[in-house]
Amino acid sequence: MMVHGEIWTAKELFVYPNEYIYWSIQIVMYPFMTGLVAGAFVLSSLYHVFGIKQLKEMARFALVFSFALLFVAPLPIVLHLQHPFRGINVFMTPHFTSAIAAFGIVFFTYGAIVASELWFLYRKHFVEVALPLKEKQDKTVGEWLKFFIFCTLTLGVYDISEETLKRDHKAIKVLAGIGIPVACFLHGYAGFIFGSVKANALWMTPLMPVIFIMSAIVSGIALCMLTYIMTMEIRKFLASRKMTPTQRFQSKEDLKGVEVSVVRMTAKYLLFFMVFAISLELLDLIFRGYTAVKSWDVLRSVIYGRDFTDIFIFQYTIGNLIPLILFLMPGLTIRRTIVGVILVLFGVFMMRWNVVIGGQAFSLTFAGYMHYHMPIIPHDWETFKEGLFGAVSVFILPFILFWMIAKVFPVFDLKESH
Amino acid sequence: MNRRDFLKNTARVIGGITLPLTAFKIINPRELLASTGDKTKVRWVFLVDTYKCVGCGMCVRACKLENGIPYDAKVTRTWVERYVITKDGKTHADSPMGARDGFTTSKIDLGIDGYEDIKNADIDKGFFVPKLCNQCENPPCVQVCPVGATYQVPDGVVLVDRTWCIGCGYCIMACPYGVRFFHPVYHTAEKCTFCYHRITKGMKTACVDTCPFGARQIGNIKDPNDPVTKIIMTERIGILKEEYGTKPQVYYLGLDREVK
Repeated sequence: MMVHGEIWTAKELFVYPNEYIYWSIQIVMYPFMTGLVAGAFVLSSLYHVFGIKQLKEMARFALVFSFALLFVAPLPIVLHLQHPFRGINVFMTPHFTSAIAAFGIVFFTYGAIVASELWFLYRKHFVEVALPLKEKQDKTVGEWLKFFIFCTLTLGVYDISEETLKRDHKAIKVLAGIGIPVACFLHGYAGFIFGSVKANALWMTPLMPVIFIMSAIVSGIALCMLTYIMTMEIRKFLASRKMTPTQRFQSKEDLKGVEVSVVRMTAKYLLFFMVFAISLELLDLIFRGYTAVKSWDVLRSVIYGRDFTDIFIFQYTIGNLIPLILFLMPGLTIRRTIVGVILVLFGVFMMRWNVVIGGQAFSLTFAGYMHYHMPIIPHDWETFKEGLFGAVSVFILPFILFWMIAKVFPVFDLKESH
Repeated sequence: MNRRDFLKNTARVIGGITLPLTAFKIINPRELLASTGDKTKVRWVFLVDTYKCVGCGMCVRACKLENGIPYDAKVTRTWVERYVITKDGKTHADSPMGARDGFTTSKIDLGIDGYEDIKNADIDKGFFVPKLCNQCENPPCVQVCPVGATYQVPDGVVLVDRTWCIGCGYCIMACPYGVRFFHPVYHTAEKCTFCYHRITKGMKTACVDTCPFGARQIGNIKDPNDPVTKIIMTERIGILKEEYGTKPQVYYLGLDREVK
């Protein structure tokens, strides 16, 4: 009879009988996805709170994307649960000494902030769509549906005078301001889940939440840049073929100019947070080596031995060093940016991997190791959801959601809303 | 409403709310239970005499059968470890199948690396160490459960509610002793309960009853006349992984520094 975890765990030397890699790929995906949520939000707040004008175009985009990601963030945990349908118990009987119990509160608080910020941002748009439809006689079914959706979204407020819009703007600023600590908390607490496990020698460090927040912002900015470039490329393509009637006034060259300046500006912030994240991670590593407590022997053999490729080649070199050079070289082009942000995303993913899987690569005995073999071809539900396909599904889902949400919250062809 | 009325009403409302709340405190069910029930007169502890253990694995088999852990599943509530320390100072340890079938070969199980043959002449010392849940006084597994499905009963034993556990595995990660696992049938967190269904009815645990050498004993540390308590109070005993601050309640006689 197979035990949970047995299928993808290979034990080496002395490992306790019950030890397996219980937290597998979906637990790698969980901090990765929440990190993207938090990062995207922080990026949008840079404009709304600190008034960094150059990020204006990106800010709205990032906020909507963060909203799309938000729905996906709890999915990896649910897929990981042995009893997914009991997941609701966390909200019914939260046991507050547990870091996971706070998930409901943090998640819904954050969701409420993003949703209300979006509402203030798009209120004018809702009204502008709903009002003409309201007056229109003999609506089609599609128009009825659209009318119904947008009418509901206005929440009955149709006042879009100059004065109220100014107040909206103020509300957005306040919400974005509150949102930053909450977003950091949302992700910092994901770091706390790991950092507070005293039984795990690799995880237990108070730096863990901070490292997670920094790398979260890095990954969020990178993903926003990537998605932004992708959508801009599509728009450029459409503009060159003149397929979109709504964007007739924008030529391909106009779009390109906007794209490059936005991307260069965002890249600066990406660099800033990347340097922070790498410094903290290196500090953690150096500190462990320097203090060399009981667990260091086994940790060293994992970090410099078994997981050397994952940590120093994939994470630090390919995921950090190369993109750092790419972004620092003058005259940043779109193509170089695409390569850079993909590598950054890969690097952050590897960092999560090295924390979650790396933290289980050694036994509690400190005298044995466990190797993780991720299920690729699923042959049952468990190997699907906790395998490559489950992880890929989780990663793709926010893009599909974003495409759907962007129909209601248009990210580009929107006239000034505030 | 003028200011005076406002203040008056506020005072009334606050008073009105506070009084019933204080009443709640007076009849706190936990305190009531503590003052009336005799449950707190029991604190279950375990005593393992490693000198007596021969690694036969009877306790593991008995536990699996008693507690409905599938016999061939590679998880177990209790297990026995074998330690062999050679003259070159190296420690070799294993626990094949949790020693369910005892130690049928003198070769050390290295997992995916196969087996290591150790010559008798190279051995300095060798011994067996039975392991089980430490029923910690400060259990990290209880602390991290997000839904409160695992809890500590007043007599010290940590239990799992199979109907409420969501199977997140946080408790498994939090336990420094590696005693927890997912039950292959119920898919919920599973652990040694000191055979709670037996000890609360005046019986011994399955492993204690079955051990032919008396290496395992269970007792009540709050009873000064309990033979286990007497040994713990008078002999030199050890506990596992003290540095984690979990205050484990499984005591060992003859614990070696090499025990992981």
